[in-house]
Amino acid sequence: MSKPILIVEDLTVYYYTLKGIVRAVEEASLKAYSSDLVALVGESGSGKSTLGYALLNLVPPPGRIVKGRVIVNGVDVLSLRGDELRKARGSLISMVFQDPFTTLDPVRRVGDQILEVLLEHGVPLEEARERVVEVIRAVGLPERMARAYPHQLSGGQRQRISIAAAIALKPRVLVADEPTTALDVIVQKQIMDLLDDVRKTTGMAIILITHDIALAAERATKIAVMYAGKIVEYGPKDKVIGDPLHPYTKALLKSVPDIESREWPRPIPGTPPDLRKPPSGCRFHPRCPLAMDICKRKSPNIVEVEPHHYVSCWLYEGGEASG
Amino acid sequence: MGLLRYIAVRAMLIVPTVLILYTLVFIVLRILPGDPVLAVLGTKNIPPEQLEQIRHNLGLDKPYIVQYFEYLWNVLHGDFGTSMVISGRSITADLLERLPATVELAIAGLIVSLAIGITTGFIAATKRDTKLDLGLRVFGSVTYTLFIPWLGLMFQLIFAVWLRWLPASGRIDPDVGLETVTGFYILDSIITGNMEAFRSALSHMILPALTLGLVLSGPYTRLVRTNLVKALESNYVLAYHARGVRGSRILLHAFRNALIPVVTYAGLQFALLLGGAVLTETTFDWPGIGTYLVEKVSYRDYPAIQAVVIVFAFFVGVISLIVDLIYALLDPRIRY
Amino acid sequence: MVEILSKALTRILSTIIPSRVSGRGRALVYAGLAIVLAIVFMAIAAPLLTPYDPTRRAGRSFQPPSWEHPFGTNNLGYDMWARTVYGARTVLIVVFLSIVLSMAMGVPLGLFSGYYGGRIDRALSMLMDAIYAFPSLVLAISLAVALGPSLFNAAIAIAVVYVPTYFRMVRGQVLSIKEELFVEVARALGIPTSRIIFRHILPHLIPTIMVVFSLSAADAVLTEAALSYLGLSVQPPTPDWGYDLYKGKGFVLSGYWWLIFFPGLMITLLATGFALIGEGLSEQIRRERL
Ligand SMILES: Nc1ncnc2c1ncn2[C@@H]1O[C@H](COP(=O)(O)OP(=O)(O)O)[C@@H](O)[C@H]1O
Ligand code: SF4
Ligand SMILES: [Mg+2]
Repeated sequence: MSKPILIVEDLTVYYYTLKGIVRAVEEASLKAYSSDLVALVGESGSGKSTLGYALLNLVPPPGRIVKGRVIVNGVDVLSLRGDELRKARGSLISMVFQDPFTTLDPVRRVGDQILEVLLEHGVPLEEARERVVEVIRAVGLPERMARAYPHQLSGGQRQRISIAAAIALKPRVLVADEPTTALDVIVQKQIMDLLDDVRKTTGMAIILITHDIALAAERATKIAVMYAGKIVEYGPKDKVIGDPLHPYTKALLKSVPDIESREWPRPIPGTPPDLRKPPSGCRFHPRCPLAMDICKRKSPNIVEVEPHHYVSCWLYEGGEASG
Repeated sequence: MGLLRYIAVRAMLIVPTVLILYTLVFIVLRILPGDPVLAVLGTKNIPPEQLEQIRHNLGLDKPYIVQYFEYLWNVLHGDFGTSMVISGRSITADLLERLPATVELAIAGLIVSLAIGITTGFIAATKRDTKLDLGLRVFGSVTYTLFIPWLGLMFQLIFAVWLRWLPASGRIDPDVGLETVTGFYILDSIITGNMEAFRSALSHMILPALTLGLVLSGPYTRLVRTNLVKALESNYVLAYHARGVRGSRILLHAFRNALIPVVTYAGLQFALLLGGAVLTETTFDWPGIGTYLVEKVSYRDYPAIQAVVIVFAFFVGVISLIVDLIYALLDPRIRY
Repeated sequence: MVEILSKALTRILSTIIPSRVSGRGRALVYAGLAIVLAIVFMAIAAPLLTPYDPTRRAGRSFQPPSWEHPFGTNNLGYDMWARTVYGARTVLIVVFLSIVLSMAMGVPLGLFSGYYGGRIDRALSMLMDAIYAFPSLVLAISLAVALGPSLFNAAIAIAVVYVPTYFRMVRGQVLSIKEELFVEVARALGIPTSRIIFRHILPHLIPTIMVVFSLSAADAVLTEAALSYLGLSVQPPTPDWGYDLYKGKGFVLSGYWWLIFFPGLMITLLATGFALIGEGLSEQIRRERL
C-alpha cells in the first residue's frame, strides 16, 4: 500500500470547563489512505466531533489539544500556526458539519461564500468564478443556485453547498460530521452518494463521523469505534462488522436492528460515563459483560490483533491479561 | 410591487397606534376631573359669562364625542387647533417651527449613541470575558441609568463654565445671522455657505448630542456584544474557519449578522430617544418640541399637549416603519 | 396568598443568597443591594443624619461644601445634605407606590389576557403595545399635568406608564408556560382556572417579575426625577432630588457645582442600584437555565 494520507497519533483533547476537565478524546490513533472512507462511530457524547475538530486544529474553547500529532499529506497540522494553519484548512483538510441549516452564513449568497474560500486561498478572481460554477455542478446543483441565499434552499441543497465550499480547493482529507443526520432518508442517500463520488473521483479521504453503525457498515472502507473518548476498535469494515473483537463493538452491533439475523435489537445496558470523571482502567468496564479484575485497574493498550485490525481490550492483550 | 405593497400595509399599522394614543390623551385630559379652562384661567378672577364664552370659542361646550371627532378631523387636515393660553395662536405653526430642532437633536443623539454603543459592544465581544469586557459592560449599564439633566448640567459646568470650550445652552449664536431654509441649522448653514453659523450650530450641538447619545448608548453596547458573541459562536463561523477564511473577514461577516437585531432595536429605542430629547432640550434650552411641551405644561395648555402627543406617536410609527424597511434590506430572509 | 408569598420569598432569597450560583451575577446583586439599602437607610434615619430641617434656612446662601454643610447650601441657605437625606424619602415613596400600582395592574391583566387569549387579549395587547412604544416620559408628563402636581399623582402617572412592561412580560411567559405539560395535566384534572393561574403559573413567573421589578424600579426613579425636575411631582419646599437639580440649573453659570452635582448623583446612584440588582438577577436566571 502507498503512504497514508492521514496519520493521527495519540491525539488527546480536553475541555477545561468550570465544572471540571472533560476528557473528550484520549490517545486516539488512526490512519487513512487515499480514497478511504473511515467511519468514526460511537454513541453521542463519545468524542467523535471533538476528534473531528482536532483534525483541523479547530477545537473550540474551552477545549485544548493536549498532545498528539495529526499529519495530513506529510504536513503536521497541529504544529502550524497563524496564516499557515488557516491556509491548510480548506486546501489540505476541510470539514462539513451536521446541521446544514446553521452552517451557512444566512445573509450572504451561497455562491459568494464558496467564492470567498477560493479567493482567501489566493485563487485569482476569474479562475475562482469558474471554479465556483464547476464545483456547484459537481455537487449536483444547477449553476444558478449560486445566487441563492441559504434560506431559499432545502436542507439537502444546503448540505450540497456546504460540501461544495469544503471541497472547492480539493483538500486531501474531508471530515464530515454527521452530514446526513438532519436530513430525511432519501436526501441522506443522495448526499452519501455524492460523498462517495467525490472520494472516488478525487482520491480524497473522508472521515465520516456518525452514530449510525448501519450507515457505516454500508459505506465505509474502514471503521473506528469510539467509546467514552477512546478508539476501542479500528480496522477494515469487513473485519469490524463481520468479526468484531471488542465487547463494546459487539454490543453496539447487537443494539441495532439486523434484518438478516432476525434478532431483536438489544440495547447496551448501563449508561455512557461522564467524561469529567471517566471510569478507571478500561472505560467500558462498568458496562462490559466480560470485565475482569485488571480491567478496573489498568487501561488496555491498543494492539494490532490481526493485520490492520486494532483493538483496545485486555482480552486481546497477550499474556498480561492473566497477570 | 411587493415592496410598495409592504410599505403600504406597514404604514396602515401606524394608524391604530396614533388613534390609541390620541384617545388615551383625550380621555386623560378632558374627562378626568378638573376643568381645563378653570385650570388655566381660574386664578384670574374672570366672570363666569366670560369663561363660558372662552369655552364656547374653544369648542369645549360641545359633547365629548363631538369634540373627539372634530379634533381628529382637523388634525387629519393638518390643523392642531389653537392654543388655550395665547388665544388664536396656531399650534400647527408652533410645532412646525420647533420640529426641525428636535429632529436635528434626535438624529445627532442617535448617531452618537450608535457610534459609542457599536464600538464598545464590538470591543467587548472580541475581548470577551476579559477585564475590558466587564468594564465596558458596566459602562453600558451605568450610562443607561445616568439622569440626563444631571449629565447635561455637569457637561455644562465642565465644558462651558470651567473650561469655556463650548457654549452652555441654546441652538446657535444669534449674531451669526443664519438664514433659515429648512430649519435644520447645520444643514442651513451649509446651504447658505455661512461658515460662522456652521461652527456655531455645531458647537452648540456637541454637548446636547453627547448627553443624549451617551445615555442611550448602553443598550447598544449590550446588544452588539450579545449578538456578536452569539454570531461568533455560531456554526457558520466555525464553518468559515474550517474552510480557511481569514479571521478578520469572519469577524466582519459575524458583525454584519449581529447588526441586524441592532437595527430593530434602534427602532424600538426611538421612543426612549424622544423622551430623552425632552429632558435634553429643557436642560440645554434647546428650542424644540420638548421645551415646547414643558412650556405648555406649566400653563396646562391642553390642546398643545395633546398635539405633541399625537405628533410623537406619529413619529414613533413612521420611524418603526423606516426601521422595518432597513431591516428588510439588510436581512435577505425577510420577504415582503 | 400566604403560600405564594412564602414561595416567592424563598425563591427570591435563594436567588439572592449565594448557594450554587457563582460569580458576577451575585456581585452585581450585592453591589446594587448595597446602594439601594444605603439610600433606604438614609431615608429612614434622616433625622439622625442631619441636625437641619430641609425646609429652613441653615446658614448663609451658596456656601460650598464644608464640614458644617457637607453638600453646601442653596440660594435660600437650606442645607443640601439635609435636603438630600430627606429627599430620599420622597423618591423612594413615589417609586415604591408606582411600582406596586403598576404591578397590581399589569401582572393580573397579563395573566388573564395570556391565559384566556381571544379578542380581549388582542385588544389589550394592542393597547399595551401602543403605550409601550410611546415615549414613556411624555405620557407620564401628560398624565401628571392632567392629574395635577402632587406626590401621589406622580406615582399614578409613573404607574400607568409601566403597566405595559409588566403586562407584556407576564403575558409572554404565560403563553409559553400554558403549553407546558404540568398545566395541561392540571387542566385535565379539572382544577379551576384561577387556581391554575395563581398556584401553578404565577410561581414560575416570580423570578422574571423580580428582574422586571428591579429594572423598572430603575426606570421609575429616573421618571420620578424627570417629573419633579419639570415641576410635576411634589411641590416646594418638600425636598426632592429632581426639583433640587432643576433649581441648581439656574446657577450653572455661577459655577455653584454642588447644587447640581449632589442631587443628580443621588438620582443616578439610586437608579444604578436598582439596575444592578435587576441585571444580576437576570444573569443568574440565565445561568440557572443553562
Ligand atoms: N464546548 C464544549 N465544552 C465543554 N465540553 C464539551 C464541549 N463540546 C463537547 N464537550 C464534551 O465533550 C464530550 C464529547 O463531545 P462530542 O465531541 O460532541 O461527542 P460526539 O460528537 O461523539 O457526540 C462530551 O462529553 C461533551 O459534553
Ligand atoms: S478491557 Fe475488560 S472491560 Fe474493557 S472491554 Fe475488554 S474485557 Fe471489557
Ligand atoms: Mg457530534
